[in-house]
Amino acid sequence: MIWLNVIIQGVLVGGFYALFACGLSLMFGVMRVINLAHGDMAVVAAYVAVFLTPHAHIPEVWAFVIVAPLFGLVGYVVQRTLIQKSIDRDPFTTLLVTFGLSVIIENLLLEVYSSNGQIVNIGELIVKSWHPEAIIYISYVSLVVLAAAVAVLALLQLFLSRSGTGRLIRAVADDHEAAQLSGTNYQHIFGVAAAIAFATVALAGIAFGMMTEFAPTSGGINLLFAFETVVIGGIGSLWGTLVGGIALGIAQQLGAHVNPEYQVLFGNILFLIVLAVRPQGLFGKKTALS
Amino acid sequence: MSIATNPSTAGDGLLRVRRSTHSPLYTLTGAVAIVLLLSMAPWIVPAEWSTVLMNFFILVTMATMWNLLAGYAGMVSIGQQAFVGLGAYATLYFAIKGVNPFYTIPLAALTCLVIAYPITFLLFRLRGGYFAVATWVVASTASIIIGINSYLGGGTGHNLPGMPDLAPTPLQHLIYLATFGVALVVVTATYFLLRSRLGLVLSSIRDNEVSARSSGTKVTSARRLVFLIAAAGTGAAGAVLAISQTYLQTGNEFNLQWAAEMLFVSMIGGLGTIEGPILGCVIFFTLQQTLAQQGAWYLIIFGSVAVLVALWQPRGLWGAFRDRFHVELLPVGHWVGERKSESRVRRSQRKEGVLEEEQGPLT
Repeated sequence: MIWLNVIIQGVLVGGFYALFACGLSLMFGVMRVINLAHGDMAVVAAYVAVFLTPHAHIPEVWAFVIVAPLFGLVGYVVQRTLIQKSIDRDPFTTLLVTFGLSVIIENLLLEVYSSNGQIVNIGELIVKSWHPEAIIYISYVSLVVLAAAVAVLALLQLFLSRSGTGRLIRAVADDHEAAQLSGTNYQHIFGVAAAIAFATVALAGIAFGMMTEFAPTSGGINLLFAFETVVIGGIGSLWGTLVGGIALGIAQQLGAHVNPEYQVLFGNILFLIVLAVRPQGLFGKKTALS
Repeated sequence: MSIATNPSTAGDGLLRVRRSTHSPLYTLTGAVAIVLLLSMAPWIVPAEWSTVLMNFFILVTMATMWNLLAGYAGMVSIGQQAFVGLGAYATLYFAIKGVNPFYTIPLAALTCLVIAYPITFLLFRLRGGYFAVATWVVASTASIIIGINSYLGGGTGHNLPGMPDLAPTPLQHLIYLATFGVALVVVTATYFLLRSRLGLVLSSIRDNEVSARSSGTKVTSARRLVFLIAAAGTGAAGAVLAISQTYLQTGNEFNLQWAAEMLFVSMIGGLGTIEGPILGCVIFFTLQQTLAQQGAWYLIIFGSVAVLVALWQPRGLWGAFRDRFHVELLPVGHWVGERKSESRVRRSQRKEGVLEEEQGPLT
């Protein structure tokens, strides 16, 4: 029974990892950009939810209604300016620029909001949980986040496969020059993809702030988990991302069960094993590696 | 320019191929003067200056190694703090075993090299950004494994034992010389490495990997060799870092900030040049000392400058300077120029508009 609890907790946290990772996966899939500032963007979203939305007289629980569209807009602008400019140079520059952004954001947050921990206030919900068995407890927040993750992934999948814009995104991801020749403004489509990615990362950041305390430096470790999720699940597969997140979550909970210090270590080891045995990930295609 | 494609025969004709745009004697004299001056610095400058210089040399060592990795072999790593930490903890391990910490520096470099070898087989399965973040996973794993090892102090840290029994000032001088010595060895070794066959292989990979591969270059083994050298050099930097701090904690030795600093100074100074990272370090420490009272602002400003440089001046400040004035202090490529005796004749011809300018860098 204790192992069942470990797995349940792993699945719950895995949903959060998938929510965090889908923006990273989308940006890599479409633009071939690894946004190293991804984790820090999430932390910024959480800070905006805590410090700015109260000014608009919106409860922090509903902050995502404002913050996600706002981040979509930011994503579009950042993509069309900084990231597009670095893509035009070479893939190498995108890494340097996004890593630079990551360090700038982290230290700006430190200067403005200090290193004190913050939390997105969700009232009573934080302490409520469901006990189907004596030693199994399922916190409502984690459940909501897992549901949100599944919903976001399903919507994203539907959007990419059914809508006109989704079709353009897939076309641009396959070959942006060919798409350009057929009359698509690929830079605009890149911007749209980045907008979606930033909106999901804002959701992930607020969800993170609801579940645990966060600080300016929280972005790094979350980027690490999101990245592990993407690689374990398979590069370029959205449902793979969900499975990857859950696999990572279970590995970490197993580690934490053995010894709390092993939580991150077990996740890293799973990542390295996947890399050694199946580098394309559980659901990835081999071509995504080159 | 058909002659220029074959430098060995170029000397027979009007052109000659040189390493340097100026007499190497100037470089040598300048280098000897700077080395002498810097090795005497702690006896000349105030003590707090030599502390800054020590940190400067440690960062020069790390940045030179990062630049070799990214600027010459095209591998962007954001996990080199793994080897800073492993080098530092190797020093701690051998010091606990009773070795004089100063003698552990080569041992630490060797330890990092041995650990790095199997890691390359995992990391080299990934490319570009995925390689970058995977190096970070490796650093995180190394940090955790050291952190749960109570023999090395666990999460709370450990004092570096066995430092020579000296008065504070001579000990400080000795530590200074160690950091300077490591930086000097690493920069010099990198310089000669890049002038060697490996340097030629690396620039062929950088210019066009596919054609380098098809003309028989062993791309993967060249990359692996560079990764191992960078691991060893970064490990040596970690060892002197441990000696200069005397107290080790995984949170500090394995800090991602090392990777950030290596990356920023190399980008600002100029990736793919030996002088670049050194220039970047000079700017970094100048800014850090100027803004010392303003908390993390130096990092924010420095990061912003790095991003701007990456976007608008990707060859960095030194690269821009070199391209404009054709000056190289530590040349690793070749230049095609005219023979001295010929050039006088040609100069007069050029005045009459007979010849066009033919001088320019070959690599």
